[in-house]
Amino acid sequence: MKVVVDMNKCQDHGQCVFAAPDVFSFDDAGRLAYVADPDDALRDEVEEAADVCPLQAIRIED
Amino acid sequence: MRAPIVVAGASMAGLRTAEQLRAAGWDGPIILIGDESHMPYNRPPLSKEVLAGRATFDSLAFRPRTAVADVTWRLGTKAVRADLDRHLVELDDGEALTYAGLVIATGMRPRRLRCPGPTTGRHTVRTLDDARGLRDALTRPGVRVVVVGAGFIGCEVAATAVALGAAEVTVVDPLPLPMIGPLGEPLARALRDRHEQRGVRFALGTGVTAFEGEDHVTGVILADGSVLAADVVVESVGSVANTEWLDGNGLDLTDGVLTDEHLRVGCRPDVVAVGDIARFPNARYDGVPRRVEHWSIPTDTAKHAARVLAAHLGGTESGLAPFAPLPTFWSDQHDFRLQSFGAPALGKDDIRVLEGDLDGDVLVGYHTDGRLVGVVALGGTAAAAAAARHRAELLKQPALTA
Ligand SMILES: Cc1cc2nc3c(=O)[nH]c(=O)nc-3n(C[C@H](O)[C@H](O)[C@H](O)COP(=O)(O)OP(=O)(O)OC[C@H]3O[C@@H](n4cnc5c(N)ncnc54)[C@H](O)[C@@H]3O)c2cc1C
Ligand code: SF4
Repeated sequence: MKVVVDMNKCQDHGQCVFAAPDVFSFDDAGRLAYVADPDDALRDEVEEAADVCPLQAIRIED
Repeated sequence: MRAPIVVAGASMAGLRTAEQLRAAGWDGPIILIGDESHMPYNRPPLSKEVLAGRATFDSLAFRPRTAVADVTWRLGTKAVRADLDRHLVELDDGEALTYAGLVIATGMRPRRLRCPGPTTGRHTVRTLDDARGLRDALTRPGVRVVVVGAGFIGCEVAATAVALGAAEVTVVDPLPLPMIGPLGEPLARALRDRHEQRGVRFALGTGVTAFEGEDHVTGVILADGSVLAADVVVESVGSVANTEWLDGNGLDLTDGVLTDEHLRVGCRPDVVAVGDIARFPNARYDGVPRRVEHWSIPTDTAKHAARVLAAHLGGTESGLAPFAPLPTFWSDQHDFRLQSFGAPALGKDDIRVLEGDLDGDVLVGYHTDGRLVGVVALGGTAAAAAAARHRAELLKQPALTA
């Protein structure tokens, strides 16, 4: 599974960090960081994160 | 031809349910009825970026998934009556649709104040058209703005009005602090202080009794007798469910549409309610049915209700556990953000600062019987990151208490 976040849209809400902490986190500067190719076992979490992102900035590519 | 699933209300919850019906295997026809003339769009920016002019009205449109490319959109059309025994929905153009399944997604509309006085110059914020009108009014030079209602929409509009250069912005509320209902006292106090530091005034502990002015509102009269001069009034005093079209079916419509633990309505397996209008029991908490006006709820309810409905129409059972979403909510005001996870309102008798302090980035926890039931982060990303550290605790499934 491939995860792409449109960083032009992202406003660092962290709703995704809450939904899928194994994939999304904040770096020391408070910007979003994420695992671009997470394990397929995390699919539910990642889909949840994509759904809750207020900017709809997260895309999942199979 | 197979009878369709009719979705009444073509906004976020209606769209998401249509998409989820496809994902759940329903390949029959879907008809979406919406009284607004617009395709589904995103409401939160209406009181924030779009009202402030930092994002365009065009940017609000949702991108429907390709799976719903074949659904029928009946926009600018209102559902006026339903006969659930006969599986019928009547539209305002006189047509009656027979459905195999019905999705209730007609949402809320703003409650209006019924005080005497002129109505011109008084605004609400729910629709794109509302926000256009309010933006025109707020961008006139030197306007004095009175926001009635210190809930999240009122607080956001007040912040946006300051950013747009309004001469005066005052928020009125009979309660003693802004957003005290959802947040409890410590955070509500911190919120008020932050607003005041950024130029918002408050008239708290007093309500509005009347509006002054001939044709156009010029002032707001408060219960304590004082008068606030106003060129623009924004009423953000809560919302009313759009349930009138369901009258006469014996449903419990006291506050939205009552559902069972699978979002089904009136003991009917072919009718579900989704989004703001659904008053559902949440198995994660006390099982008391409540409406939840959070942006996360249209998607959560859509996923569950679509699977329940599609399974029923396919002649099976969904096999799902009772609906138990973790509510999440955010609000942007000035340069800070509030984010709530879980159900803080259920734990207001035991509020603790978990990380940071109330003057800076802070994370506050809400407890029932010593158990964490909600957290609210106020500030920047540090607070949001702190909230994520409590996720596992919030997701622990308690025993049902109801
Ligand atoms: C200004 C504003 C800011 C917000 N900001 C936030 C935020 O920051 N964070 C957050 O978590 N949530 C926020 N929300 C809440 C969130 O937007 C709502 O929870 C969400 O929009 C609910 O979607 P819905 O589809 O259930 O209802 P709605 O979006 O209200 O959709 C109902 C639709 O049905 C239509 N309709 C009504 N009656 C009929 C009828 N009889 N026939 C046909 N159609 C009908 C309505 O016109 C409407 O288009 C905000 C809401 C508003 C209004
Ligand atoms: S939820 Fe969306 S906007 Fe927020 S940090 Fe994640 S990707 Fe960015």
